[in-house]
Amino acid sequence: MQRGQGFKGFLSYIRRNPAFGLGLFILVALLVFAGVGSLVVSEEDAQPLSATPNSEPTGEYPFGTDSTGRNLLAQMIHGTRVTLSIGMIAGSVGLAIGTVLGFMTGYFGGIFDTIVKFIVDVLMTIPQFLLLVMIASSVPEPDKLTIVQMGLILSLISWVRPTRAIRAQILSMRERAFVMMAKLSGMSGMEIIIKEMMPNLMPYLAISLATAVNGGVVSSLGLQTLGIGNLRRPSLGMTIYWLRYYNAFLQGYWWWILEPVIVVVLIFAAFLLLSIGMDEFANPRTRRTV
Amino acid sequence: MRPPLLELKNVSKIFGGKNNPTVALEDMTFALSENFPKIVTVAGESGSGKTTMGMLMLGFYGPTFGNVLYRGQALGDLDKAGMFQFRREVQAVFQDPFAVYNPFYKVDNLLSIPIKNFGLASTAAESRELQEEALERVGLRPEETLGRYPHQLSGGQRQRIAVARALLLQPKLLITDEPVSMVDASLRSTILKALRGLNREFGVPIFYITHDLTTAYHISDYIIILYRGNVMEVGNVDTIIRDPKHPYTQLLVSSIPWPDPDLPWGGSEEMIQSSQVAFKKITGCRFAPRCPYKMDICDTEPPPLYRMETDRAARCYLYRENDELARDALAEVFADA
Amino acid sequence: MSESLLQIKDLKVYYHVEAGAVQAVDDVSFTLDSGVKMGLVGESGSGKSTMALAMMRMIKPPGKIEGGQMILGGTDLVGLTPEQMRQTRLSKLAMIPQGAMNSLNPVVTIEKQILDGPLDHGVVMSKDERADRVIELLEMVDLAPKVAKMFPHELSGGMKQRVTVAQSISMEPDMIIADEPTSALDVVIQRQVMETINRLQSELGLAVILIGHDMGLMAQSVDRLAVMYAGKMMEIGQTRAMFEEPLHPYTQLLIQSLPVLENKGIFSGIPGITPSLLNPPEGCVFHTRCPKAFDLCSAKTPAFIEVSPGRQVACHLQTA
Repeated sequence: MQRGQGFKGFLSYIRRNPAFGLGLFILVALLVFAGVGSLVVSEEDAQPLSATPNSEPTGEYPFGTDSTGRNLLAQMIHGTRVTLSIGMIAGSVGLAIGTVLGFMTGYFGGIFDTIVKFIVDVLMTIPQFLLLVMIASSVPEPDKLTIVQMGLILSLISWVRPTRAIRAQILSMRERAFVMMAKLSGMSGMEIIIKEMMPNLMPYLAISLATAVNGGVVSSLGLQTLGIGNLRRPSLGMTIYWLRYYNAFLQGYWWWILEPVIVVVLIFAAFLLLSIGMDEFANPRTRRTV
Repeated sequence: MRPPLLELKNVSKIFGGKNNPTVALEDMTFALSENFPKIVTVAGESGSGKTTMGMLMLGFYGPTFGNVLYRGQALGDLDKAGMFQFRREVQAVFQDPFAVYNPFYKVDNLLSIPIKNFGLASTAAESRELQEEALERVGLRPEETLGRYPHQLSGGQRQRIAVARALLLQPKLLITDEPVSMVDASLRSTILKALRGLNREFGVPIFYITHDLTTAYHISDYIIILYRGNVMEVGNVDTIIRDPKHPYTQLLVSSIPWPDPDLPWGGSEEMIQSSQVAFKKITGCRFAPRCPYKMDICDTEPPPLYRMETDRAARCYLYRENDELARDALAEVFADA
Repeated sequence: MSESLLQIKDLKVYYHVEAGAVQAVDDVSFTLDSGVKMGLVGESGSGKSTMALAMMRMIKPPGKIEGGQMILGGTDLVGLTPEQMRQTRLSKLAMIPQGAMNSLNPVVTIEKQILDGPLDHGVVMSKDERADRVIELLEMVDLAPKVAKMFPHELSGGMKQRVTVAQSISMEPDMIIADEPTSALDVVIQRQVMETINRLQSELGLAVILIGHDMGLMAQSVDRLAVMYAGKMMEIGQTRAMFEEPLHPYTQLLIQSLPVLENKGIFSGIPGITPSLLNPPEGCVFHTRCPKAFDLCSAKTPAFIEVSPGRQVACHLQTA
């Protein structure tokens, strides 16, 4: 992997890897939209009865309003923030657990490996979304669920795939000559995992993070669209729930429908492009640059 | 008497499940002492079991039957300190000059990590000095190699660094698995010379695994010819290559492409049709299906090793007038083992 | 004397990377007559594999044939259109690439893979003719007819390699380029595959270019030998003459460093490392490692000249 020089190197890399560049651009745009927007537009405006309901986008309400009188600009800004945050928590916690478990089981094997493998296999055969629905809907006071809590609930499921994938990577890496060399040089198992294997897995982990966060967003969308979880705090899924509840399709409130859909599509596009772009340096065989 | 440094006792290694087992190594007993400053080659085709033997000796495979003993203790029984000692004393050079490097780190790592872990230097400066010295001994210039990443160096340079590592560590036993097969012809001599130096000057026994009999002939003192996990012929490398006695050795030697247009490939036609032979359960001699001198007994009963000279034995009924050599007395063939 | 089958004139293949142009093949010229086997020897980075790809017009960007001609049977391959070149491949000029045996399609039978090429070139055969042709080709490479219905994983390394040889002769080309056909095989199988190629060559009257780094194999297999170093041709001549009296210092060192029965214990290599192809040294590309280099060698590139019939060398020692 070529170590480019600073910012100029980064820009030329983007030019050679347009997928990564575009994906990054969209993600950053979304983050700016949600982040800076949250500072500028207050969450209060996303509460019901803060504006004239069912208003088309106008100068006063650039994104229009919904049937409960929510200012959809505020709704989108804060909703994007919330959904992305939940996705990030779910994805990173899930990946962290998956990484630790994957490394341990892949390298050391033994009883621990057998147990974890069994759990993973069982969980993968059960429809995971169903499991999430069951867990999330059994929470006593859903409207009090914080972003962190929601993210953690989702991570109960999001750790499974990464564990299996990383374990597989470790199993194959374990046989490689440089790991044998490390053993011959007196390195302990843990040292080898952290110093030898981990750096090589970084590109793979980066892609896995993008996938995991995307997965977290999907799960949260799925749950909230069905009406599970905190329906008072603005989020993309919750917006979709309410627009269905109030029959936005029949009423012709096109702006209410389009906005969350466009944001969701942008989120997926961003992560997909990032994955494609990162695959370029994670997988040397597809590399077009030296 | 001190137990030998490394010993295989009736070691067999079988891969694959119950339905399709592959016997990689069959009942091998072999020992190497630390005061045996010779180079022993293990030679054979792919599938002969030679790499398996190396992996077993390094403790990367566990034996299916039998034991691999380090200074009298089974490798599986070693505690952490014992294992550390084992790693300190038994080192290796592998075939692929690229695979032994972690692409994430500079090549210096290959040298600096063992220096640090085995306490060969107390300061960074001392470590650097050791590294430079070792690199120079293999004909590399430290300023052109240290500080680089593996992909920035050529295969020959990388392999020489791996050999420098072995020189630096001065192990009690060095196991090399095809160390020059992926290196250019012009560099092979330099590397082989360095390995020979390690053996002759520092008394380090070397276990040289290869399928290339020419380099084996040049570097080693003794040779073990393996075929399908069994020893076919063993003894002094000069006599065996110049005058092979076992039919399989004869086939191998006659297939060596000598770089001399006046020394063409020789040998009988019949022996050559190779892996068209099905790998079914063989009850007699493993080489019988391909052997032009096959007798009836060869198909029913595997022959023992017959000792034709003090430093030579072959597993073939052709030599049955000689004394038998017990399976676990293989090392007796090596004069000062 | 008929016109040579293959004439390479001043071929240049450069790879354009960010740092500049890597001169993988630089001004290489040689000829090959029909029915002759030539070995192309060189170490890694010598340009021999690039030569093979160039002859097949399979150089991919950032590589490019910068100049020169490749005349096969009177036609300059450099000037052909992609479609014309496609027609030429396999029917006139076939290649057995390195690691070919690992490139067999794992889910297609051997029979189909052998027929693939000719059918694609428009050869019309009835069902029976196809079956017969496959068996014929298999027998030519010493494989049993039953191999036709088998899959690659059922075959050993040597057998797979012979399948690729069968593929290459399926349209009876005029010339075959074999790039390290035996590198992954052990000594016994290697010999079998080489003997198969040799036999085919004499039966079909093919010209063969055998690319490799194993001088021993060359000594056993080829009539003429060409030695390349750092993208340039150093010496060409009849094999026996080359071994008995190598003229170029690089060839001399190469032969000296080979282990033979007589020189046990004597290890002589070639000191130094191969030069960068991005910035090759001034003058003769070998002068930095040459024990016989003198002033002229670092100033002027030696011309590749014929010093005796059939023997060409690029060395100032020959002209001084």
